[in-house]
Amino acid sequence: MAAPDLHATSRVSAPAVRARDVRVTLGGTEILHGVSLDAHDGEVVALMGGNGSGKSTFVRSIVGALPLAAGEIRIGGAPASAAARTALGYVPQRLSAAGGVSATVTEVVASGLLGRSHLRPPRRASARIAAALDTMGVADLAGRDVARLSGGQQQRVLIARALVREPRILVLDEPMAGVDLESQVAFAHALSHLKEDGTAIVIVLHELGALARHIDTAVVLEHGCVTYAGRPPADLGVHALPGHDHEHAHEDPEPAQSTLGLDSL
Amino acid sequence: MALLSDPLVQRMLLVALLVGASAPIVGTYLVQRRMALLGDGIGHVALAGVAAGWLAGSVADLAKQDALAIPGAIVFAIAGAVVIEHMRSRGTASADVVMAIMFYGGIATGVLLISVAGGSNANLMGYLFGSISTVTWTDVWVTVGLSAVIMAVGLGLRPALFAVTHDQEFASSTGLPVRALNMTVAILAAVTITVSMRVVGVLLVSGLMILPVAIAQLMTRSFTRTMSLAMITGVLLCVTGVGITLEHDLQPGALIIVLGVVLYVVVTAIAAMLRARGRHRVTPPHTPARITHDETEESHR
Repeated sequence: MAAPDLHATSRVSAPAVRARDVRVTLGGTEILHGVSLDAHDGEVVALMGGNGSGKSTFVRSIVGALPLAAGEIRIGGAPASAAARTALGYVPQRLSAAGGVSATVTEVVASGLLGRSHLRPPRRASARIAAALDTMGVADLAGRDVARLSGGQQQRVLIARALVREPRILVLDEPMAGVDLESQVAFAHALSHLKEDGTAIVIVLHELGALARHIDTAVVLEHGCVTYAGRPPADLGVHALPGHDHEHAHEDPEPAQSTLGLDSL
Repeated sequence: MALLSDPLVQRMLLVALLVGASAPIVGTYLVQRRMALLGDGIGHVALAGVAAGWLAGSVADLAKQDALAIPGAIVFAIAGAVVIEHMRSRGTASADVVMAIMFYGGIATGVLLISVAGGSNANLMGYLFGSISTVTWTDVWVTVGLSAVIMAVGLGLRPALFAVTHDQEFASSTGLPVRALNMTVAILAAVTITVSMRVVGVLLVSGLMILPVAIAQLMTRSFTRTMSLAMITGVLLCVTGVGITLEHDLQPGALIIVLGVVLYVVVTAIAAMLRARGRHRVTPPHTPARITHDETEESHR
């Protein structure tokens, strides 16, 4: 099912990300059955759905980690080539930022400065790394071993690794999974600043939670199909899960309660 | 000191120094990727290459029968590394089984071919456990050349190789040439094994790549410093091991690895004591369990 183009009348410029009827096949099985999504500059699009709904597969196809069987993805109005994807900052789904060998926060974030023709960090790398760490509120951890940080701090380091690229589009795959309250606050702050700066954001979430007030559009996937695309209902959360009837009333807590008191952000 | 004026001793120490410094470079990337045993797999295949080179030298009736042993090892080790990397990157389900077949197939083929070529058990033992005491100036120059390649590539491309071994999916999203960089690590591993074979032999070659990294990890929290410290540790182990065997009739390769294991145990004990002492002073940091990227990538498949 194709998502309606919610912004076609209100926006003139091409969306930062436009996916149309994306189909992805893994091991001979079609995982995505024609998924569409638009994310404009300064817009936050939440990609929701239960386990196995195809959320991660979809974002991985956006960043080029998986080939499309059919459909099209455009980045900044151009077909999603390797060159076009340099505008992307990607935060893959990770439970830990640690590898097999110890590495400092700075070393991990520095790898975000590399690219097709940059096998070594460019000049002014230190300033850009410091700025990205500052945005995520982890500047004081720069010299620490990532393996020794809390899960939430590690997640913020991974987001800083994407932000150091100064991306026009930020794609995050479940960045809030298992994240502590302090890191949720830091991320909500960062998200609002990135929106103001015009960054388009596609974020995979299980629940809107602390980020609810910053989400402009919610796209819900079930079994590789879009079942909802539009303004996020205030109570969209567990109700995004497969099998839930979106048409009927429910008894979710009010958003103010579900945002852990972060609605002042 | 008089020993140092002996050309053989000079050659032995020079090779020990170069191998000790270069083997941990690739070892750091392998540990980072949690493929510490890759060196063993390639090492076993390299033995088949040594034997094939030996046989070729025998068939060609070369004056020096083992003249083609090292070239044979390089060719087989690189081919083996390329096959293993290809399977790893494709996520082949049976990759571990194929790697096991390469382990046993490599060593069995090596033993058979050497005996067919008329090699003795002593020749075989030299390749299995190292034979640094027979090193020639030609061996030294080959070691100098290959070590220079390992250091130039392994240190020169460190930021990119760190990125690709730390998080391949992210590295790919940045546009880094991930496939080429992965292949670079695999080929560097093959070259390192060929170079190190002379000192510690194919059976212990992986130890020389991994042990210094494991020791360095206990003392530092940065990737760059871990690699530097591992290189220093590798040099100390190799030069000390070879130095001791100049005075005592011991097998150098085995001694170097045993010294490494002992050093690892000692440093682990000291680090544990320091941590225990530190715990009395400060609250311990929260240390979440490390989850391998392979595991998380697996969940996407």
